[in-house]
Amino acid sequence: MTAGPMPFRGSLTSRDQIAVYEFSWPAVIFIPLAAIAIQAFLPVRIRFFPVLDLPMMVVIFFAVARRNPISGCLTGAVIGLLQDTLAGAGHPIGMFGIADTVVGFAASSLGVKIDVENHGTRFFITYVFFVIHQAIFFGVARGLLRQSLEWSWSRVAISAVANAVVGVLVYAFLDRFKKR
Amino acid sequence: METILGRFRNLIVLAAILFAQIVGLAVQIKSPTGQGDTRLIRVWAVSAITPLEKAVISSQNFVRHLWTNYVYFRGVRRENRELRAELDRMKLEQVRLQEDADMARRIQSLLAFKEQYIDTTVAAQVIGTSGTDQSRALYIDKGSNDGLRADMAVITPNGIVGKIEQVFPRSAQVLPINDQLSGVGVALKDTRLQGILRGATNGTTTVQYVMADERVVPGEEVITSGGDRIFPKGLPVGKVVEVTPGKDLFLDIRVQPSAHLNHLEEVLVVTKVTEKLPDIQDLGPISVSDILARRLPTVPDKPNLGAGNNTTSTAASASTSATQPKPPETAASGTPAIRTPATPGASPPTHAPGTTAGGALATPGANTTAHAPGNAAAASGSTAASNAAVKKPSPSGPEHSTQPVTTQPATTPETTATQHPVGEAAGGAPKPVRKLPEGSAPGVSPSPTPQPGADNPQR
Repeated sequence: MTAGPMPFRGSLTSRDQIAVYEFSWPAVIFIPLAAIAIQAFLPVRIRFFPVLDLPMMVVIFFAVARRNPISGCLTGAVIGLLQDTLAGAGHPIGMFGIADTVVGFAASSLGVKIDVENHGTRFFITYVFFVIHQAIFFGVARGLLRQSLEWSWSRVAISAVANAVVGVLVYAFLDRFKKR
Repeated sequence: METILGRFRNLIVLAAILFAQIVGLAVQIKSPTGQGDTRLIRVWAVSAITPLEKAVISSQNFVRHLWTNYVYFRGVRRENRELRAELDRMKLEQVRLQEDADMARRIQSLLAFKEQYIDTTVAAQVIGTSGTDQSRALYIDKGSNDGLRADMAVITPNGIVGKIEQVFPRSAQVLPINDQLSGVGVALKDTRLQGILRGATNGTTTVQYVMADERVVPGEEVITSGGDRIFPKGLPVGKVVEVTPGKDLFLDIRVQPSAHLNHLEEVLVVTKVTEKLPDIQDLGPISVSDILARRLPTVPDKPNLGAGNNTTSTAASASTSATQPKPPETAASGTPAIRTPATPGASPPTHAPGTTAGGALATPGANTTAHAPGNAAAASGSTAASNAAVKKPSPSGPEHSTQPVTTQPATTPETTATQHPVGEAAGGAPKPVRKLPEGSAPGVSPSPTPQPGADNPQR
């Protein structure tokens, strides 16, 4: 199950090698399910929890750790579609799926290029990917589905900061499930 | 060719996955139900997630139940005292409300109004949400196995919550009133203006389709109108918090929902609503004097109670009204009055001499005394009577029930004769008795100097 060090592929980092991590099957299955369940459950008790997007964080984490764009695509698609199924009737299945697919692809592609192990980088990429995620979601909702969503830069920026802060903590926790 | 596929393999896979999902979106949008063939996957996902959420909720409730019921008793005695006091107040308030309700049922029966009654409800627990700001759907732990169906109303004691959108075997999805897809027929309680309550993406609720030239003030209560055939009429919805001009000559009336939509734990699903005429069998026949006697405060047996017994007399009068719904219809002579149904346009009751239940009031403009039972005193033309009609026997307000006692001097036989419980109470302040025409209560003497304030209905 362990993967050896990958050859250098023209990284922007100073490291000679970029590690590729794998995960056990239970972790691959239950971490996304747990994230989706928490995302659905906690807003019952915590009013402002929908600001956070735990499934997206999980997508970023898996994509960055595996550094495989196809795997990132599939992970994002599956997690996003599962998240879509719990949304309301006015939320067609596929909106989160598309956004998470793109985020998974981009995160894994970025993970090949740069070192994403330190907290600062993680904060930054989570912030950026959350904005991208929201933009794609907004584009799908307005462009494809003609829904009356309103874009608010301030709300997106604040939500992105919150997601980035929580994301750093979540990634630190999920690091325990990594296998080299 | 192989080189191109190998080189752009990642992008091709990405495009394929995105294309598949976009096609899936298109299929759903084209579907007339908005769900297409995806319902099965929704069922699978919900069935997989909800047991986990139920387990979490159950364990949380177990711990909370253990703590609150067996460990944490701080403040329980004080709360118990407060609740007992509240219960006493509520009992007295119930007496007054019961009288109003009985009267309303009779009127509705006369007008053949059919009421909607909430027959059966199912209590359910909120176990999840959609998890996003874009959709405010909720999940409850009851489903089709518990008798739930789509489009059933979901309420709390505070107000309405929403309706059942999708039903699964052991859970259901609720569309709350602040969701952007929601629409509820509502009416403003005071002005009776009707509109549609809609949610927004930011979670606010707005009443739409009220014309801009209508006067709506913040603070007015909003209730269901029953026009959507989902929510029974008259359920609390919320309060108006802001009124702004909208588009197309309509107002935008922002409403704060009565139900705490962001902190819902338990809800009630209305599974059966019945329409029927009000049941007035148990109310018995009705007479004008009955109506007046029920609505107005009674006088204790001893006319000269001490001024410090206000609270006692308040409770006593209220309890008398409760336990004796039909006070004696004769005063001095004991001659029974003719019972007259409170039909609109009915003749005034013929009262025996000394009968003051309706007689004292049915003097000027007596033909109108039976028109509106609830306002019979006001319709009599006597300002003192209208004063009394306004003054419902609110036990908590000592100025209402104690006024006949404290302001009645009881000096002359004539005025003593006016101390009949109902007649006296009908005047509210017995002194300003008007000059009565023939056939009215003979024992009442006109008072040349009305008591100050007797004509003021605000007192």
